[in-house]
Amino acid sequence: MKFTRRDALALGLGATAVAMLPMRALAAADEAIAAFTGGAETGEGGITLTAPEIAENGNTVPISVDAPGAASILILAAGNPTPGVAQFTFGEAAGSQAASTRIRLAGTQDVVAIAKMADGSFVKAQSTVKVTIGGCGG
Amino acid sequence: MISRRDFLQVSMAASALYGTSGFGNWAKLAAQQALTQDDLLKFDTFGNVSLIHITDIHAQLKPIYFREPEINLGVGAANGQMPHVTGADFRKAYGIEDGSPSAYALTYNDFSSLAQGYGKVGGMDRVATVVNAIRADRPDALLLDGGDTWHGSYTCHHTEGQDVVNVMNALKPDAMTFHWEFTLGSERVNEIVEGLPFAALGQNIFDAEWDEPAELFKPYKFFERGGVKVAVIGQAFPYMPIANPRWMFPEYSFGIRDENMQAMVDEVRAAGAELVVCLSHNGFDVDKKMAGRVKGIDVILSGHTHDALPEPVQVEQTFIIASGSNSKFVSRIDLDVRDGKMMGIRHKLIPIFADVITPDATITKLIDDQRAPYKAELEEVIGTTDTLLYRRGNFNGSWDDLICDALINEREADIAMSPGVRWGPSILPGQEITREDIWNVTSMSYGEAYRTEMTGEFIHTILEDVGDNLFNPDPYYQQGGDMVRIGGMGYRIDINKPQGERITEMTLLKTGEAIDPSKTYVVAGWASVNEGTEGPQIWDVVESHIKKQGTIKLDPNNSVQVVGA
Repeated sequence: MKFTRRDALALGLGATAVAMLPMRALAAADEAIAAFTGGAETGEGGITLTAPEIAENGNTVPISVDAPGAASILILAAGNPTPGVAQFTFGEAAGSQAASTRIRLAGTQDVVAIAKMADGSFVKAQSTVKVTIGGCGG
Repeated sequence: MISRRDFLQVSMAASALYGTSGFGNWAKLAAQQALTQDDLLKFDTFGNVSLIHITDIHAQLKPIYFREPEINLGVGAANGQMPHVTGADFRKAYGIEDGSPSAYALTYNDFSSLAQGYGKVGGMDRVATVVNAIRADRPDALLLDGGDTWHGSYTCHHTEGQDVVNVMNALKPDAMTFHWEFTLGSERVNEIVEGLPFAALGQNIFDAEWDEPAELFKPYKFFERGGVKVAVIGQAFPYMPIANPRWMFPEYSFGIRDENMQAMVDEVRAAGAELVVCLSHNGFDVDKKMAGRVKGIDVILSGHTHDALPEPVQVEQTFIIASGSNSKFVSRIDLDVRDGKMMGIRHKLIPIFADVITPDATITKLIDDQRAPYKAELEEVIGTTDTLLYRRGNFNGSWDDLICDALINEREADIAMSPGVRWGPSILPGQEITREDIWNVTSMSYGEAYRTEMTGEFIHTILEDVGDNLFNPDPYYQQGGDMVRIGGMGYRIDINKPQGERITEMTLLKTGEAIDPSKTYVVAGWASVNEGTEGPQIWDVVESHIKKQGTIKLDPNNSVQVVGA
């Protein structure tokens, strides 16, 4: 019998997508950040990224981001072959600057959110999401 | 020197706080070897609210033996901290004498000989006696069940949880949270929960499709007790769809969701809660971290990791109570709540010595009624054992060694894998092994024993993955199980290394050769989380193996070398 990754998941004892994240992807994430910020420094605070610690299903991971006063928010899955997830732009009449979506993660990695504030400054938040098939509960 | 009692006094900002576990009395009595029901239950009623906590029963309605872990390692900030202390160090920490009933109840040493002297533990009819005695002191005490209740026995499996539901309902709990219950399948869980005469709680039980709180499970419930407005917030096991088969309850999503926990605490406080209790199935280390992040919880009743601690662990203004498993312990927590604040706590971890505590006759009859239709199957003797059979501990227990032997022999495999669950009672040397005993350590709704081929590299990946679920230094990335048990293969694990670097020196035991990453091995295992797994049920595999052996005799398992402990 040939043992594929899909079969492995069926064993339940912990197949994984933890494998090495390609350096290419990480570089691509850095490039995407630089393109969004124009190379400006990113601060902390003023942006909340909510993501699960361990994904229940790496194919559809719910995340949400909230950055009051933001003009736009960029979301990246830093370890995906194509890191870009979404860019939300908020008009002046927007009641809030928050968004929720579901993303697909190739493996354990950081999800990154960067907000461009109305004054042109940038703030960043990131969260590690583990993608695993654990298998054994107490 | 500051005493523990003083410590509790000074460490909480509220004035007039004092705390004592009642453990000192118990230890002293233990030394005198004069244990009576009155001694076990003795408690100077305190304050105005009483909580009774029981958790992780795993359907053990009858008294059993249960050996506590020898190896229970903590990494990062948890290293050397409770509950990651065992044996002599544990006894020293709590002033427990060697050979005392407390030593027997709480530590692993000399287990077989102490068990002969002190007898079995647990039994829900004994638990009922304890609950009734506490209610005699405090009629409006809250009885809170931390979950992992409707899983883990022959009768529970065959009645899809109904036997335990019937017995628990007779004890009249006030609220419950969940974990293994969901492995009955969401349809069955919904059916039971809809008919429950008490609150089914979980602030982190969400609708998977809409990522909104699930309708059937409420986040919290208010109780008026002793003139105090008490809010009990539920916290189900966060990693159910990862640690257990997601396809069995696809409508539900979980997670820690501590930001929602904070929102719920704020909500109940705003609604006038004077005491906030979290009924949790997070596991102890996750509860500790959560207690440091969520403000405003007075008491966390902690379940999942099966730790039994004779004193609360305090994190800032939150007291965490760990009440063991398998109906072996009941915790009583008396609280003094005044002026909208918790001012004091008195706690006792009551061990259920089955020969000391008189069973409640009504509950005994109820339990026997549940078992009656299955009596012959339950009691059939399959073999005997010369070796103590136990499971609990971070690496292989002897029950797991036996299960792995069964998988290798019955399924003609090179390597066996058995899940690192923490439930499953122990069997003493010389004891007969009945069918019920086998089901107590194997029963589940996805027990098919698979047989497949894996490369050495893939086996390594699995071990690394499970190892990180146990030894990730951040508790929020742990799942609360123990390490996957391996038969036919040895390895070395450095628990402080990052994922991918912990496991080395994998060796095929039958040849003594190193595992070749590119070579293929035949692997047998059970408890797959994915749909459509094929194979005989694990309990049949184990029964067949024990029958052939007649008498079980196991050599000590030294195949796992642990580094960094």
